[in-house]
Amino acid sequence: MSMPTLPASKAKRGRTDAGSTYSFKNEKKSLADTVMPLLLFLCAAVSILTTIGIVVTLLTETYHFFREIPIFEFLTGRKWSPLIPPVSYGILPLLSGTLLITVIACIVAIPIGLASAIYLSEYAPSSVRRVVKPILEVLAGVPTIVYGYFALTLVTPLLREIFPQMGVFNALSAGIVVGIMIIPMVCSLSEDAMSAVPRSLRDGAYALGATRLEVALRIVVPAAFSGIVASAVLAFSRAIGETMIVTVAAGSTPKLTANPLESIQTMTAYIVQVSLGDTPRGSLEYGSIFAVGMTLFVITFLLNILAQYVARRFREEY
Amino acid sequence: MGVLQDANRKQIAGRRRLDFALHLLFVAATSVGVVVLMALLVDILIDGASRLQPDLFNQYPSRRASQAGMKSAIVGSLYMLVIMAPLSFVLGVGAAIYLEEYAPKNRLTRLIQLNISTLAGVPSIVYGILGLAIFVRAMQLDRSLLAGALTMTLLVLPIIIVSSQEAIRAVPRSRREASFALGANKWQTVARAVLPSAFPGILTGVILAMSRAIGETAPLVMIGAMTYVAFLPNDLLDSFTVMPIQIYNWIARPQAEFRELAAAGIVVLLAVLLLMNFAAILLRNKYNKKV
Repeated sequence: MSMPTLPASKAKRGRTDAGSTYSFKNEKKSLADTVMPLLLFLCAAVSILTTIGIVVTLLTETYHFFREIPIFEFLTGRKWSPLIPPVSYGILPLLSGTLLITVIACIVAIPIGLASAIYLSEYAPSSVRRVVKPILEVLAGVPTIVYGYFALTLVTPLLREIFPQMGVFNALSAGIVVGIMIIPMVCSLSEDAMSAVPRSLRDGAYALGATRLEVALRIVVPAAFSGIVASAVLAFSRAIGETMIVTVAAGSTPKLTANPLESIQTMTAYIVQVSLGDTPRGSLEYGSIFAVGMTLFVITFLLNILAQYVARRFREEY
Repeated sequence: MGVLQDANRKQIAGRRRLDFALHLLFVAATSVGVVVLMALLVDILIDGASRLQPDLFNQYPSRRASQAGMKSAIVGSLYMLVIMAPLSFVLGVGAAIYLEEYAPKNRLTRLIQLNISTLAGVPSIVYGILGLAIFVRAMQLDRSLLAGALTMTLLVLPIIIVSSQEAIRAVPRSRREASFALGANKWQTVARAVLPSAFPGILTGVILAMSRAIGETAPLVMIGAMTYVAFLPNDLLDSFTVMPIQIYNWIARPQAEFRELAAAGIVVLLAVLLLMNFAAILLRNKYNKKV
C-alpha cells in the first residue's frame, strides 16, 4: 500500500543510466526530443513547488499570528483556550495530547510490528506469508475514518468495561487504534530491512548450531537494526500526523495531562475542529491553524529526515 | 565427560524450548493484525446491515436518520476521482520518467528525489492547510470540487511518483539498448520500449494511490467539503461532499440511528476500496508472472 519507502540500496544499484543517449553526427533532433524533457521536468518540478507552497503559506500566516501572540508564549504557554475568554494560546496541552497518543500507539505498534516482521522474515513458511502479507496490506489501506469508528464504537466500550471511570472520549482508545493502524507500516519496513540481510550470515550461525530464535535476535535483528529504528521513527511520525482517529475518539478538550483515561486534544484534532467552523480569514483563530500546522510540519519533517539519516548512516554494508 | 554432555544436552533443550515459546509469541503478534481486521469487518457489518438498502444510494443526506442516504457523497467521490485520476497520472508518471530516464545526476535531481520522499511523509492534514490557503483562498476556487481534487492530486503525487519510478527501474536495460540499436531516439525509446513494459506496474501504483485518495478525510475537511449537500455538483466550482466526510458527519452525531448509517456507509466505502486493491493485486500478479 501507500507506505513511505526507506532509501534502500536498490535505489542506486538498479538505477538506469540516465544520460545515456546515443547520438550520431547527422542525426536531426526531433521535436519530441527537445520538448519532452522540458515537459517532464515541469512535472517533476510540481513536487518542489508543493514543498515551497507548504513552507511559504505556513510561514506567512504563522508570521502574522506571531505578531499578535509572542512565539515564546505560544511555545511555553500551558493553557490552550482559543474560543473561551480569556483567550490563551499555549501549545503545550496540544503537544502533550499528541505525545500521549503517539506514545500509546508506539507501545502497541512497535513490539507487535517487530514481532510480526521477525515471524514473517525468519519463521513463516512462504504459504503463510502469501496469506498474511496481503491481509496486512489491506489493514494498511483501511481509511482512518473507519479506524475512528472502530475506536469509538468497539474499543472504547470494551475499555470502559475495564475502566468504568473512563469517559466516552479518551486518549487510551484512540492511541491503541492509532497503534493498530501503524502496525502494518512497522512490520513491512522492518521486514524489508531483515530480508536484506544476506543469507550467508544466517547459514553461518545455523552451522554453529544456533536455533532460529538465536539467529533472529543475535544475527538478523542487529544486522537490520538501522532499518528497524528507521521504521520506528517513521511510525512515530505517522502517529503524530494522524488526524481522524483522534478527532473522532480522543475528544476536544486540550489538557496538560499524562492520564490516558482522560479526554484530550491533539494538534491535528484542533486544526480539524477550527476548520469545521467558518472562521474568517485574518482572525486570530484562522492564524492559529497555521501556527499549529507549522509545529506539526516541523516535527514530522525532522523525524522523517532523522529516519532517512538513521537508515543510511548506520546501515551495515555486506 | 558424561556430566558435561548432560549439561550440554540440557542447555540445548532449554534453547529449543525458548525458540518454541517465542515462535508462538511471534505467531500471536502476527495474528493480531488478522484478528483486528476480522473484528473490524464483523463489527461494521453487524452495525450497518440494517441500513444497507437502496435508500442509502438513492437518498440525499437528511436531518432525519430514517430518510438519509449518501447519494451526493458517492457521486462526489466519483467526480473527484474522475478529475484527479488523469491529472495525478500525467504529473506523477511524467515526473517519474524525468527522474529515471532524463534527469542528469546532479544536485537538483538529488534534491527533487529527497523532496519527494519527504513529501510522502507529510501528514495529510498539512496538505489540507495548503489547499485551504492556496486553492480555496488565494486562487478563490472557494470550497469547490476543483479545489478538493487539486489538493488530493498533490497529496497522492509522491505515492504515484515513487511507485512509477520503481516500475520504470524494473524495465531491463536491454530493452532500451535494443530500441536505440534500431535507430530510435530517446523519446521513441521511452514511449515505445520502456513505458509499455512498465505500464502494469505504474497502473498498480496509480490504483493504490486512488484508493488512498478515496478514503482520505482530513484534507477535505480542511478545505471545507460541506457535509450537508443535498444536490449533485453540476460543475467544477460547485460545493461537494465525499463518502468519508459523510461518514464522519454521521459518526459525530450522538444518535444510534446515525451510527448505523455510518456503519453502512463504511461498508460501501470498504467495498469500493477492496475492489480497487483486488484489481491492483491481480494486475501485479499477472505482471510478475510475465517477467
